[in-house]
Amino acid sequence: MPQDRFQGHDYYLMDELLTEEHRLVRDSVREWVKRDISPIIEDYAQRAEFPTQIIDGLAGIGAFGPYIPAEYGGGGMDQITYGLIMQEIERGDSGVRSTASVQSSLVMYPIYTYGSEEQRRKFLPKLASGEWMGCFGLTEPNHGSNPSGMLTHYTDDGDHVILNGSKMWISNAPFAQLAVVWAKDPEGVIRGIIVERDMPGFSTPETHNKWSLRASATGELVFDNVRVPKANILPNVKGLKGPLGCLNSARYGIAWGAIGAAMDCYDTALRYSQERIQFGRPIGGFQLQQKKLAEMITEITKAQLLTWRLGVLKNENRATPAQISMAKRNNVNMALQIAREARQILGGMGITGEYPIMRHMMNLESVITYEGTHDIHLLITGMDVTGFNAFT
Amino acid sequence: MKVLVCISNVPDTTTKITFNDDNKSLNINGVQFIINPYDEIALTRALELTEAQGGTVTVLHVGDSSTEPTLRKALAIGAHDAVRIDALPRDAFFVAMQISAYAKEQNYDLILTGRESIDYNGAQVSSMLAELLDLPSVNIVKSLQIEGGQASLEREIEGGKEVISCPLPLVASATEGMAEPRIPNMRGIMSARTKPLTVVPAVEVPVYQHIERLEKPAPRSSVKLVDATETVKLVGLLHQEAKVI
Ligand SMILES: Cc1cc2nc3c(=O)[nH]c(=O)nc-3n(C[C@H](O)[C@H](O)[C@H](O)COP(=O)(O)OP(=O)(O)OC[C@H]3O[C@@H](n4cnc5c(N)ncnc54)[C@H](O)[C@@H]3O)c2cc1C
Repeated sequence: MPQDRFQGHDYYLMDELLTEEHRLVRDSVREWVKRDISPIIEDYAQRAEFPTQIIDGLAGIGAFGPYIPAEYGGGGMDQITYGLIMQEIERGDSGVRSTASVQSSLVMYPIYTYGSEEQRRKFLPKLASGEWMGCFGLTEPNHGSNPSGMLTHYTDDGDHVILNGSKMWISNAPFAQLAVVWAKDPEGVIRGIIVERDMPGFSTPETHNKWSLRASATGELVFDNVRVPKANILPNVKGLKGPLGCLNSARYGIAWGAIGAAMDCYDTALRYSQERIQFGRPIGGFQLQQKKLAEMITEITKAQLLTWRLGVLKNENRATPAQISMAKRNNVNMALQIAREARQILGGMGITGEYPIMRHMMNLESVITYEGTHDIHLLITGMDVTGFNAFT
Repeated sequence: MKVLVCISNVPDTTTKITFNDDNKSLNINGVQFIINPYDEIALTRALELTEAQGGTVTVLHVGDSSTEPTLRKALAIGAHDAVRIDALPRDAFFVAMQISAYAKEQNYDLILTGRESIDYNGAQVSSMLAELLDLPSVNIVKSLQIEGGQASLEREIEGGKEVISCPLPLVASATEGMAEPRIPNMRGIMSARTKPLTVVPAVEVPVYQHIERLEKPAPRSSVKLVDATETVKLVGLLHQEAKVI
């Protein structure tokens, strides 16, 4: 890929709403992405391989648990900082951001929020440093949008439980040392349980041939009579609200992340439109291209405002799941539409890996599907405003 | 080892430069400021040296309070403490006077600056500072090693390089090659919160220079294509328009 010339876009001077520390974190992650992600990501995406060498760097810039308290190895930062980190990483690649989202919101968050003190001390510092990578198993072959119907379950075996079942579409699964798995207990109640790589009967076959998130490793989790100590069950949550709490945190980060992908597409298309000459002048001078670019920056600006406000609410512990759904749905869709329009501005060049747009576009097809599909988030908003459940 | 690194705050390299109405000063509205890249190299080398040999790195900047994010970033990169001399950096002599007034009392073993700041490119502060402190001065240094109170410095010169040895204390200005700048990490940013940033009042310095006017270079004109067969026309253009022959 040619040199990464990305510049942030801040049409409404939103930087003034950020603290000095927010900007320092954001700019540092941006620099890191330019140095360590942009030069390699296209190649890894083309080869459908996760660049494991970036794990140390991700940990260094604080991508693993930035809002987890420092005493457990986290960054002790606020939710806006977390959002900005996700934005900058996804500006590089949604797959890399997925790895960071999973580690922070789907693995560290449940261990911190629902775990015992021993579990926190045992797992969190190693997850924060990247020494251990985690994954999150909720989706099953026959239960995606409807996770409450899950079949994975465990039976009692003294101070252990015996876990059976399988999970599908699990990000980070092929290389993770541990999995936070959601499974039904003997009473049929959903519980969180930490399964470790070396437990007999546990395997993680990789899912191949994705056209999206190619630089992120996805796999299955297969549990064939896996004996897991009861000490690995997360004691402080029961029922679907466990995984949904995690998803809230991750979806919030995705709402920011999508802005990153959108800004990269817009930035690339804007620069191209100023440099590409057709009919004797830059194509940015033609009204049809201006319409695309003007609408893109308008949508990005709206998403920035939405997300910043959501961050403030999240810092105050007032952001509702439905508010987070609205932001995830709006922003990911916004980014996907921008990727499609931006690709057209580049004409044939937009088809190649010389520019990041097509990679973002394909990545965003996963982002609009995972963590609650575009439809499901609409149903959440619909239920929130009408009071009627349209899911079932 | 006690090291001082002097840091200036400059517009990001991608900034579109405009001037205020009087054409005597830069319009800083919407301009992103960064640590001068050469100073960042100096800071990194200072950190490498003190990490290996022990010691402290102080970063110093002459500027008003709006520049503190730059110092905070230097602390996040790893400097131990920061000093801001509270004045607008009028010109090189003014800045060198401020730094020397502060540094005189502090007994630094090594003072590093960048070779020049990338805004006004004066390249004067380092030498002036050395002179004011009565210390040896080596400019545009590509490599700096320190052993037993003795510095070994390499400079690039026309067609080769110059290797200099010099006892500490000394003042040196850094250029590319001395170190690879670091990106602040999360630990650094967290610890920067509690590192000391001292604000020091400026000393009086007489005014010797005034900026009369700032001008931008004329915009580059577009490329003219001349057909390969029209050599006479080409020579004419080079002669009359480009005025190069
Ligand atoms: C690359 C990738 C990585 C992933 N990573 C993870 C991970 O780490 N952990 C994890 O647990 N999961 C992960 N997932 C799974 C993801 O969360 C699911 O794919 C998603 O929840 C949708 O489930 P499904 O694929 O079974 O689709 P389905 O639920 O079968 O949905 C199919 C279609 O039906 C629609 N639909 C479903 N129900 C309704 C309804 N009531 N009303 C109207 N329309 C409806 C959906 O919107 C969708 O359009 C990942 C997925 C991908 C693609």
